[in-house]
Amino acid sequence: MATLPKEQDVLAKAWGPHLNRMEGPRLDTGVEPDKIVPTHCCFCGQQCGINLKVKDNLVIGFEPRYDFPFNKGMLCPKGVKRYLQGGHPDRLTTALQRDPDAAAGFSPMAYDAAIARVASEIERIQSTYGPNAFGVLSGASLTTEKAYLMGKFARVCLKTKYIDYNGRLCMVSAGAANKKAFGIDRAANPWDDILKAEVVLIAGSNTAECSPITTNYVWQARENGGKVIVVDPRITPIARTADIFLPVKPGRDVALFNGILQLMIENDWIDHDFIEKNTTGFEAVAEHVAQWTPRRTAEVTGIAEKSIRAAAELWGTAKTSFLMHARGIEHHSHGVENCLSTINIVLASGRIGKPYCGYGTVVGQGNGQGGREHGQKCDQLPGWRDISNPAHREYIAGVWGVKPEEIPEAGVDCYEMMRKIDAGEIKGLLLICFNPKVSLPDNAFVTRALEKLEFFTVIDFFLSETAQYADIVLPGSLHEEDEGVVAQVEGRVIKINKAVDPPGDATQDWRVIQDIAKALGRSHGFTFESPREIFDELRVASKGGVADYYGITYEKIEAQNGVCWPCPTEDHPGTPRLFEPGSSNPIANGAGPFYFPDGNARFVVPAYRPPAEEVDESYPVILTTGRVVSQFLSGTQTRRIGPLVDQYPEPRVEIHPRLAQKYGIADGDWTTVESRRGTITLRAQVVTSIRPDTVFIPYHWPGRKSANQLTIAAQDPVSKIPEYKVCAVRLRKSEKPADDAETTAPDAARSDITRGGTDDVARTAVQQGR
Amino acid sequence: MARIGNMEFFLDPNRCIGCQSCVAACSECDTHRGHSMIHLQYVERTISVQTVPVVCMHCDSPTCAEVCPADAIKRTDDGVVQTARKPRCIACNNCVLACPFGVPKMQTEFSLMMKCDMCYDRSSVGLKPMCTSVCPSGALYYGTREEIEHLRPRSEPINTFQFGEQTITTKVNMMVPRDAGVQHVDVLSAMEESPVGNAAMLDSVFDDM
Ligand code: SF4
Repeated sequence: MATLPKEQDVLAKAWGPHLNRMEGPRLDTGVEPDKIVPTHCCFCGQQCGINLKVKDNLVIGFEPRYDFPFNKGMLCPKGVKRYLQGGHPDRLTTALQRDPDAAAGFSPMAYDAAIARVASEIERIQSTYGPNAFGVLSGASLTTEKAYLMGKFARVCLKTKYIDYNGRLCMVSAGAANKKAFGIDRAANPWDDILKAEVVLIAGSNTAECSPITTNYVWQARENGGKVIVVDPRITPIARTADIFLPVKPGRDVALFNGILQLMIENDWIDHDFIEKNTTGFEAVAEHVAQWTPRRTAEVTGIAEKSIRAAAELWGTAKTSFLMHARGIEHHSHGVENCLSTINIVLASGRIGKPYCGYGTVVGQGNGQGGREHGQKCDQLPGWRDISNPAHREYIAGVWGVKPEEIPEAGVDCYEMMRKIDAGEIKGLLLICFNPKVSLPDNAFVTRALEKLEFFTVIDFFLSETAQYADIVLPGSLHEEDEGVVAQVEGRVIKINKAVDPPGDATQDWRVIQDIAKALGRSHGFTFESPREIFDELRVASKGGVADYYGITYEKIEAQNGVCWPCPTEDHPGTPRLFEPGSSNPIANGAGPFYFPDGNARFVVPAYRPPAEEVDESYPVILTTGRVVSQFLSGTQTRRIGPLVDQYPEPRVEIHPRLAQKYGIADGDWTTVESRRGTITLRAQVVTSIRPDTVFIPYHWPGRKSANQLTIAAQDPVSKIPEYKVCAVRLRKSEKPADDAETTAPDAARSDITRGGTDDVARTAVQQGR
Repeated sequence: MARIGNMEFFLDPNRCIGCQSCVAACSECDTHRGHSMIHLQYVERTISVQTVPVVCMHCDSPTCAEVCPADAIKRTDDGVVQTARKPRCIACNNCVLACPFGVPKMQTEFSLMMKCDMCYDRSSVGLKPMCTSVCPSGALYYGTREEIEHLRPRSEPINTFQFGEQTITTKVNMMVPRDAGVQHVDVLSAMEESPVGNAAMLDSVFDDM
C-alpha cells in the first residue's frame, strides 16, 4: 500500500521541509568546539575539503580546510551552510510506519520491529512472486562502501536482478561515451591541468552554479593567457565573459561538435600523428562530418556561423586545451552521441594524456564517480566489471563466496524499474538516497507507479517526498555520521570522516542493510563491523578491474590527500592523469595509452538526431531544466536549510524579453508553462541571458513547483539517461496559484513523536494507547 | 601590532559569479553574530548575470568615522576600520549615509552600526577573512602582494577611487585589467556604464528570432 497516508500539505506541515537556522551554540560566539573534524562537503562532485566544528555531538559550524589541495578552503554557499542539516527539527530519529490514523500520517515504531516487518515483507513478496519481484533503488551520494554493499545486497542477499541508482540521471551518458571511446570512464586529468590550458571549452556546464570551485581553475587559466569557449543556451555566470559564447539550441550539440570537427579537418587543424598512432575509426568519422558545413551547422544549432568558425579556429589551432562537459549535453535522448562528438574533437586535436591537455565530465553528485564504479548499476559488478561477462562473474562470485550462476543477470535502469512497477512485475521496493518523486521526469507517472507497490520501504534521514509513500521508513545516517570513501570529480578517492553519532534510533545505512540481511536469515557476507572492513573487501573485489582500488588504503588517502584510481598495488601512488606513457592500464598492458587491448582510442560516429519532442504549433517553446547554486538536486537537504532557501526561495521561469513580449508577460508575472505531461505556474524572470526560443526552470522543488511535472521520460537508448534538457511547452500569463502558501514554521505535533529514540517512542505509544 | 602584516585584501568583481558564498560565510564569522556584512548584488539582472560584491574598503581616512558624532568608529593601527563600538554608537545612521561605498549597515535589533571588519578576530591572528577563504571564483582574495602578482599577471591592484571631487585611498585593492592602464577607479562614470554580457546572446544566435 504505497499511497500517501495524508494530504501532501498535512505531511509537509508535520515532516517539513522546515527551515533550520543558526541559533544556540551555532550563533554564540566563544563556544569552544570539542573537536574539529577534517572531512568533505556532502553535496556536489567537487567534494571540497571542509573542517567541521563539533560541540556536544552537534556540528556547530565550519572552518575552511586550507590544506586540502583541490579547494584550498573554498566553498560554495551549500558547503558553508551544510552543517545546518544536522540537529534539524525534521530529522527522523525513529523508524516510522505508514499510519493514516495518526495526525502526521506516520507513527513511530521500534527499530527492530521495523526491520522485522521489512524482512517479512521481502520474504512474502519474493516467495509469492519470485526474487525479481523485489527491487532496490540506490544513490550516488552514498559512500563507495555503501554503494558497493547495495550492489552486493541486491545480488547476494535479495537475489534480485533489479537494482539501479540515481546516477542514471546524472553520469551515465558520459560514462557510456567514455567507455566507448577510451575504454575507461573517469575524468582523464587532474584539474590542475586546466590552469595552463590555452583554450578551455565548457559544454553544457553551468560551472559557476553547479561546480563553483572549478570557476577558479577557469579564471586562473585566463590569467595565464587562456581563452574560454562556453556552449550553453543560457549566459550563465561562467559564460558572461567568455571569449566565445555558443548559445546552442537545446538538443543540437552533436551538430555543433561535428561542425567544429568538419572545420578542423578542412583547415588541417588536426594531429595526424596522434590519430595515426593512437586511434582507430577516424576515417569513418571524417566522412560522416563532411556534411556538417558551417552553414548547415549554424542552421541546426541556432548559432551564428561566425561564432562557430571562430570557436573551431581557436580550438583547432591551440597547443594545449581542456574540454569539460556536464549534464547540459548529457541529459538527452542522444546524450551518449553528444559526449562522443566532444571526445572526437579532443582526439582529433591529439591533446590528451599530457600536461594541460585534458578532458573530463564534471561529476554532479558527491560520489557521482565512485558511486558508478562498484556495482549498484543494473549491469555492473565491482571494479567496473560487467555482469554479463562470465570471467567477471566468476571473479566476483569468488570474492562473495557464491557460485557464479547465483549472481543474477543484468537488470534494467531505474526508470524502466518504475515501468515494471507500473506493470506489476516489481511488487516491492527498497529505496535509499534517491528522491524520484522530485528527480525523475514526468513525475505524475512516478506517483502512479509508486502507488502500485505492495510494499515500499525507504531508508532516509528526512521524510523526503518519495519517503512519504513508504510503508516503513528506516532512519538512516547523515554524511557526517559515518565514514567511508568517495571519488570526486578528478577520480581522486578521498575519505569522509565521522564527526557525530546518529541521533536516537537513526543508524548508519550499512548497518541498516546488514540488519535487514540478518532478519532475513541471510547474514552470510553481511557481517561487516566497520566501513573499513567493507572497503577492504571492495579493494579485493575491484582488483584487476578497470576501476582498480586494490592499492588504495585509508592511510594512503590521508597521507596523500587522496589517491586517484587506478591504483593496483600498495606501493603505487595512484594515477592522476590517464593515458600517459607507462601509466597503469591493465587492459592495454603496454600496447598503447587507452583502455582497449590494442591501446588505441576509438573515434565513434555520432549521428545527429533531434530531441524526442520537437516544438510544434501547439507547444512552440523549448523547455530546459537545471540547477541554482544554493540548492542541490531534489533538495531533500538544501530545502531544509534556511539561508540556502532565502537565497533562492522559489523556482522561477526564465524567459527572454522577446518571447515574454509575445505573451504579454512582464518580469515577476505569474506564468503557466504547460507540456503534454503537466502544468506549472511560477513567476517569470525576464532576462536577456537565455535564448529567445527557450525557457528555463530549475528542478529542485516538489509538488506543484516541480519542473519534472513537465519533462519527458524519453531516454538515451544506450545510457538510459532521461531527456531533462529538452521538451516542448507552451506559455501563458496567469494568476497566482491558490495554494501558494509556504510552510516554514516547525510543527510541534510531529517533533513530539519523533524526538529521541525508542524510549520516547514507547512512551508516546503508551500515552497514545497503542 | 596584529598579524595582518603584509597580507592584503584584493577585490576582483570581474571574477564574481554571484554565488553568495561570501555572504553565507560572512555570517559565520564569530563576531558577526549571524549577520552578513557583505553586499552582493546584480548590477541589472534583466540584461546581465553580472554581480558585484561590496566589502568595506577600509579607507585610509574613513568617511564613516569622520561623520560619526559619537566617535564610535575606530581604525586599528593596521588600518582596519571596525564596527561601531557598542557603548558609543547612537544608531544615528550618519555613517550609513556618508560612506561612499555604501558599506555600513544599521542592525536595528542591536541598535548598532555593523560593518565588514575584515574578520578582525581572524585576520588579527593570521587567519584569512571568511569571505576570502571560501570565495570559489577568487573575486575576493587575501594574500601578499607577491602572491597576487604571481597569480594574476593580467590584472593590477588599484586603491585610489575618485567620487566626483573626492579622492579616496583604501587598504583594500581593486583588481583592474593591466591593459586598461588606469591609475584610479572613477566611480561615478563607472556607475553609468551598463553591465557587460548582455550583447553576446543575440549577437551569437543564428537568424532573427
Ligand atoms: S556543493 Fe560542491 S562546490 Fe559547494 S562546497 Fe560542496 S563540494 Fe564544494
